[in-house]
Amino acid sequence: MSKKSEYLIDRENKQYEVIIGLEVHAQVTSESKLFSQSSTKFGAEPNTQVSLVDAAFPGMLPVINEFCIEQAIKTGIGLKAKINKKSVFDRKNYFYADLPQGYQISQYKYPIVGEGKVILDMPNGQKEIGIERLHLEQDAGKSIHDIDPNNTLVDLNRSGVALMEIVSKPDLRSPDEVNVYIKKLRSIMRYLGTCDGNMQEGSLRADVNVSVRLKGETEFGTRCEIKNVNSIKFMQMAIISEANRQIDLLEDGKEINQETRLFDTKRNETRSMRSKEDAHDYRYFPDPDLLPLKISQELIEKIKSVIPELPDEKKKRFIDKFNLSPYEATILVSDIETSNFFEEVIKNSDVKLATNWITGELFSVLNEKNLEISQSPVSAKNLSKLINLIKDGTISGKIAKTVFEQMIDGDQDPLIIVKEKGLKQESDPKAIEELINKVIENNSDKVAEYKSGKDKLFGFFVGQAMKESKGKGNPQLINKILKEKLNG
Amino acid sequence: MSDITSQSLFELTSNIKEKKLSSEEITKAFINRAEKSKKLNVYVTDNFEKAIDQSRKFDSNPNLDLKLPGIPIAVKDLFCTNGVRTTAGSKILNNFVPTYESTVTQNLWCQGAILLGKLNCDEFAMGSSNETSFFGYVQNPVGENLVPGGSSGGSSAAVAANLTPVTIGTDTGGSIRQPASFTGTVGLKPTYGSCSRYGIVAFASSLDQAGPMTKNVRDCSMLLEVISSFDQKDSTSIDYKRNHYSKELSKDIKGKKIGIPKEYRVDNMPDEIEQLWKNGISYAKDCGAEIIDISLPHTNYALPTYYIVAPAEASSNLARYDGVKYGFRSPGQNLIEMYEKTRSEGFGDEVKRRIMIGTYVLSSGYYDAYYLKAQKVRQLIKKDFDDAFSKVDAILTPSTPSSAFKIGEKTNDPVSMYLNDIFTVPINLAGLPGISIPAGKDKNNYPLGLQVIGKPFDEQNILNISYALEDKINFKNDISDWWLSE
Repeated sequence: MSKKSEYLIDRENKQYEVIIGLEVHAQVTSESKLFSQSSTKFGAEPNTQVSLVDAAFPGMLPVINEFCIEQAIKTGIGLKAKINKKSVFDRKNYFYADLPQGYQISQYKYPIVGEGKVILDMPNGQKEIGIERLHLEQDAGKSIHDIDPNNTLVDLNRSGVALMEIVSKPDLRSPDEVNVYIKKLRSIMRYLGTCDGNMQEGSLRADVNVSVRLKGETEFGTRCEIKNVNSIKFMQMAIISEANRQIDLLEDGKEINQETRLFDTKRNETRSMRSKEDAHDYRYFPDPDLLPLKISQELIEKIKSVIPELPDEKKKRFIDKFNLSPYEATILVSDIETSNFFEEVIKNSDVKLATNWITGELFSVLNEKNLEISQSPVSAKNLSKLINLIKDGTISGKIAKTVFEQMIDGDQDPLIIVKEKGLKQESDPKAIEELINKVIENNSDKVAEYKSGKDKLFGFFVGQAMKESKGKGNPQLINKILKEKLNG
Repeated sequence: MSDITSQSLFELTSNIKEKKLSSEEITKAFINRAEKSKKLNVYVTDNFEKAIDQSRKFDSNPNLDLKLPGIPIAVKDLFCTNGVRTTAGSKILNNFVPTYESTVTQNLWCQGAILLGKLNCDEFAMGSSNETSFFGYVQNPVGENLVPGGSSGGSSAAVAANLTPVTIGTDTGGSIRQPASFTGTVGLKPTYGSCSRYGIVAFASSLDQAGPMTKNVRDCSMLLEVISSFDQKDSTSIDYKRNHYSKELSKDIKGKKIGIPKEYRVDNMPDEIEQLWKNGISYAKDCGAEIIDISLPHTNYALPTYYIVAPAEASSNLARYDGVKYGFRSPGQNLIEMYEKTRSEGFGDEVKRRIMIGTYVLSSGYYDAYYLKAQKVRQLIKKDFDDAFSKVDAILTPSTPSSAFKIGEKTNDPVSMYLNDIFTVPINLAGLPGISIPAGKDKNNYPLGLQVIGKPFDEQNILNISYALEDKINFKNDISDWWLSE
């Protein structure tokens, strides 16, 4: 059992614990928006994906996109959460240029999904993070301040796109846990196909709640909310900076004001956006244009029946069935594309070798080239062929690495490479014996040394024999025959 | 044949179907009369030129199977009409031309009707006298300097003055029935969910309903039949089988149980209204209906409840008029200043008053005491009606506590203005259908209406009762055309 690695911030004999809760905004994967039929495709020309409903023209009414409801239910099931049979869409009222209705349709008192949980695989064991709720809401448009020097421009393409707000309990205790939590959440949603988790395109953003307290204290401190942080790295930086700011205040005998803050990525510090006193009064009330959302047990069951195997279950299966270590399994299931690739490879090849090759050679190539596994230069089919060549002794592990180098260039078939380059392993005992005889003849002085007790020289003979075989000699055979010859 | 414009919808459609009149003749007759009736100020925007073109087009290949074959109709300026300016009676939408059509008006055009123009109304349908319109007050054809009621005041005046055969209004707290009562015409607010709200400028979403305003009950049944439809574009639209209201219209109401709620006998109610009600009761008896005394115990709370719920929804519904996307904009140095100037200059006093009330009742700290409590009372009011309808088939009340008043008489007294809706708002809060029919006159010879309230989706029943009463009452409006210019 490894030692417990708590994240604590030290100040003169005192240790502070950091309490973190996240409100993750995940864009629902859906062709059309939450209450209109406009496309949600990212990157279109400004204001080309805007319906009369999205732009809030007079007399326009929202109509629920049932697919988005199903996506939220699916995500709720993935978070092992309670699906609420009745939920209500409320209006959150505030004025902003990129909020055409003057209110955002959201869910306030009665969200579609209730309490659930997410399991984190931390280096020192598993940790459960509670989910408070998941609710559906509309995204706002975008205000663009840096194109026209005198005016703010508004792009409503994003206006009305469905978001799931996933609120965690204040169960997170370190930047590392936040990293693992976001990745796990993202992984679950990508397995489910409910959110693509693309942080560059803003499909996943978070408001980060941070408070601090002395280690051992049981009451929570006053929290601050850092709005709209759009990468894991920034979340971690913001947490560290905000926690230290709060601790400095406490150390100076000052109080922490509950407030909303913004993270300045350039200066690596948070700054006040508005205090609790200035907090918006959103005047939430049930949207009279929409009836309460009722979800039948049948629908929940129907969705449950099509839920794919999720990372936790898949990990357990990989460990039980393939005898993988928890570490290997965690890596392989972390992303659905990776696990699919792995399962594709092992359909026709050895599990152990496949695990090593994917987490070793393949990952290092992907890292180096900054590619996703879905863009892997080597296909699962060819990788499994390569593994079979190793397994059946056609090539050695070392030769395999050379072959792999070449496979990267255009996903070449390893069988063809081996054949064309004559890399097939020499496994004929007679041929091996011949070349060993040659090595022994050429190195009679070393043989004598070995025989007089210099055991370490065995490696030298193996090397020589391998060299003689131009690297193609079967290492097991070389070892075996060398031993017989030298010790005999 | 009587003068074209004084004919009922039923007569006009018959004459078109029998080829005694062309759509063009009818359309031109209404336009000619409108040209001489500017003093009434019923039109915000006319569509006369296009209407004549369309009438000719209809005549060139008439489809006589339609329910409104080539019939010109003017509508309240709260319905969005494709390519025709739609203002909601407000400066803030003064220049707004929709690129889409409301479902209710689309239903009219699909049955062969032709748009004559857009009728004046209180700003965003907030008012009971048509005096809050940015486009000025409307004269009641019944008498000079008399309000036509509101908010569908341009509509009621236009029907009473023979400027449109029929029209459609909207009713959030009485905006169809009260003006109908003030002008001696018929107005029906359907069950909530009967007529689509798609494309109607919203006032209070949980209360708004479109409905027919006509000269008589038969026309009302014909028009309701056309405009009532299930619409997937309105999530509160209800999918149920709608009647052929005109076909099933019947004066036979023998054995129908009609409730008389004691709570509607309000303090200071004029004797003539009391008398009107009594007459209505005795006519109903004459028709073989059974009169039953009932109680609607929460009636007193309806008006305060309404004036919390409706402004709350309105304050949010009107947030979209911010000068950013369409409509009126008053420039400012920054976004906040632009908002403030646009909304200060773009909205009138009554609208601002209701936005402020609505914002207040939804504010944190007040929500529970006002909005939430109002929602609970609304449930109690609904339950009152549910209980009553377990004993009776319909309920008969006066439509309004008074007849039409003088222009300017109540503009400085919002509360007395609000009291006008005392008999009509409970029906909106409960989502029920209600119809006002002309039933008599007061000492000044101004019309007074009776209201028949029905069970949800039971429009046929209240139409039939009204049809029977109308026959007994035999109301005559005798309007003198005092406003006509040559």
